[in-house]
Amino acid sequence: MNKLLGIIVFLVVLYGALLLSDPSAGSYRNHFNVGQRIGLYGVLTLAAALVIVTGNIDLSMGSVVGLCATITGLMLMSPEWRIGSGAYSLTLAVPDPTVRLALAIPTVLLLGMLIGLIHGLLVTYLRVQAFIVTLCGMFVYRGLARWATNDQNTGLSSAFPEEKKWLLDGILGVPTHMVILLVLLAAAGVFLHVSVFGRYFYALGSNERAARFSGISVNFYKILAFVLCSTLTAFYAILWTFTYNSVQPSGAGSMDELYAIAGAVLGGFSLRGGDGTILGVLIGACIIHILPNMTAMWGVSNTLEPVVIGLALLVGATVDELLRRRRGTKKA
Amino acid sequence: MTPGDQPLLEARGISKSFPGVQALADVGASVLPGEILAVVGENGAGKSTLMKILAGVQRPDGGTILWEGKPVELNAVKDAERLGIVLIHQELNLAADLDVAANVFLGREPTWGGPLKLIDSRIYADASALTARLGLTCSPRTRVGDLPVGQQQLVEIARALSLESRLLILDEPTSSLTERETDLLFGVLAGLKSDGISIVYISHRLKEIERIADRVVVLRDGKNAGGLARAEIHHEAIVRLMVGRELKQFFQRHRTDGGADKPPVIQVRDVRWSPRQKAGITFALRPGEIVGMSGLIGAGRTELAETLFGVRPRTTGSIEIDGQIRNIRRPSDAIAAGVFLVPEDRRVEGLILSDSVKRNISLPILGMLSRLGLVSGRREKAKAQEMSDKMRVRTPSVNQEVGLLSGGNQQKVVLGKWLARSPRLLILDEPTRGIDVGAKSEIYSLMDQLAGQGVAILMITSDLEEALGMSDRVLVLHESQLAGDVPRSGLSEEAIMQLATGGGAA
Repeated sequence: MNKLLGIIVFLVVLYGALLLSDPSAGSYRNHFNVGQRIGLYGVLTLAAALVIVTGNIDLSMGSVVGLCATITGLMLMSPEWRIGSGAYSLTLAVPDPTVRLALAIPTVLLLGMLIGLIHGLLVTYLRVQAFIVTLCGMFVYRGLARWATNDQNTGLSSAFPEEKKWLLDGILGVPTHMVILLVLLAAAGVFLHVSVFGRYFYALGSNERAARFSGISVNFYKILAFVLCSTLTAFYAILWTFTYNSVQPSGAGSMDELYAIAGAVLGGFSLRGGDGTILGVLIGACIIHILPNMTAMWGVSNTLEPVVIGLALLVGATVDELLRRRRGTKKA
Repeated sequence: MTPGDQPLLEARGISKSFPGVQALADVGASVLPGEILAVVGENGAGKSTLMKILAGVQRPDGGTILWEGKPVELNAVKDAERLGIVLIHQELNLAADLDVAANVFLGREPTWGGPLKLIDSRIYADASALTARLGLTCSPRTRVGDLPVGQQQLVEIARALSLESRLLILDEPTSSLTERETDLLFGVLAGLKSDGISIVYISHRLKEIERIADRVVVLRDGKNAGGLARAEIHHEAIVRLMVGRELKQFFQRHRTDGGADKPPVIQVRDVRWSPRQKAGITFALRPGEIVGMSGLIGAGRTELAETLFGVRPRTTGSIEIDGQIRNIRRPSDAIAAGVFLVPEDRRVEGLILSDSVKRNISLPILGMLSRLGLVSGRREKAKAQEMSDKMRVRTPSVNQEVGLLSGGNQQKVVLGKWLARSPRLLILDEPTRGIDVGAKSEIYSLMDQLAGQGVAILMITSDLEEALGMSDRVLVLHESQLAGDVPRSGLSEEAIMQLATGGGAA
């Protein structure tokens, strides 16, 4: 809780600095825009947090976004789905866009689930480090996205106007993305902080050996963490596609995993595992996306945005380590 | 000590505390030149802490250290080494892949070639001279990892001599040595002593102390419990000072023979975990029995426990619980069968140190404390409080971080984790290692109580007194084989050691 207090103070100071920067910073429009960004990117921060809490990491998230967004675009835009090639191909006519949407969403979510399952199986049964597995995944999924489209952009252009309107106009003045994020965070909060599963996630991240000696099926929960992460990533990819409308296979989602991991770490999720709270996910995501808005409003060049985020993360991690060391010397 | 002698090293009023435990309180000790001083005490009495302070590994909270009568500050290992104090840890600090000479001079290699820092080959001649003095005949170019443990220890001593050590502190040096290696080591120590080198010798093996110590200092619960001069050193006198009461009172064991005709709780047949084992292990435990398991380090005791609990894959054999074959492949299978393990290293395997007492106790029983997958905070707290009270865990509250509790209280939390369910077989791997005397006796009486309720207990222990005091019989392992099953009537330290060292039945 102490740890959260620190970042809450940081967030408040940051918000104050934002309001002071420029009269337009306090406007409803700016709040709506920032809220939308936080709502969207917060989903990926949550995905990262679920893996980090078990002491693992997923570097492939950005590429999974690229692949899933590409496939979402392809499935939604072509009235004929062709699977396979040449004599072995199967062609499916799906003329109705609503039917396409109803089929595309579960398909993409399933793809995410499958990717997470593969990561989990490799990490548990073959004992390959999560860093390596997902680093390889990062290359593979990005390549698949580019190959599937011949490196051509896909997108929704003017299709699905109703859905886009619902997503982009907000609900009762609140950005729809933010509403979606809050619903997800509430569910994740129950999962992580109240359910037995969540307890096992933390146990696994804190001390895998002790968890195993307590009779917990360590492998199952590790796989579950990767599956949840990649499924949420696929969901984020769908939101992303509807938000930005156009998908560039080589660029979509690129680096997003790093912003997500940075947000989770700022929010109190230690990369050692076993630490962090759902409230922290929200605060971390807020900091990561208010920070660039604040500096932009102060007139700092947006090319410096990564510098600001990098330094904020560095300061956060250093303060965390110093606090840990102070507690550590008391213990040793 | 005669009044005129100036001690080489004297510690006065040393105190040191860690959160939740006063490790040392106003402890004093002194060593004369050319003397072998034995420091004894139960696990957790503060011996290791005192030695670490004398060797500059840890700093005391209070007290003074005098070297040849002058106060000194030992803030780092280097400070102690400069004076000539060298601590040789129980777990040897050697680079197994380097050769003998490289280990002896590690970090202090004489070099030539200026900035190229090429190692001077005279280290081989120098190392040879040192090892010869210790009766170690191997070539200085031998890889240390290829030497038997006893000789590795001599390499450490050679390293200490190369530092021109005047005070050598040996922490449990014989714990993994064979009898012959121990004899050799004692010869070396006698030689060093006659060269005027002082030795502080820490051991649990009272027979060794009777053999070599000039003087004994006994620590108990972080305080001086007394000292013995050469003529007074014998087993009973040391034990009396160590435990502060008679041994018989200490081990509370109400033996009944009620279980003798009952069918076994567990029947282990031909169990193996490694292809190198020549034969499998077969034994049975009856309800209400406490069976000790002895053996030297590396005899396969922990491996056997882990195999029975499903942590380690079993390669052959079968396990029957209450007459039913149980295919135990993972800990949850063992737990379902009523087999629980209190692991050897409670800090790594038994507990999540950064978590609270409550969350540690509830971890294996969350299923019982939840509905529809959601943990009931109220029931969790109540259960944790109940178990914590039952185990008499001394903690301000069940929300206290377990890592801040003393070793004894940590161990009680591990027991509480399992006793919230009803065990059929409880495997305790070194249940009292590193915990204070008070907690120890509480754990013993708890074991006795559980046995009275018909629980079978397999107690792995390196502490022979504990094995003799608590067990109804003792199984002895040697090189991953069952070397003997000693009944109550035949139990003695000698009988166990004979079997444990591969000597066959006494």
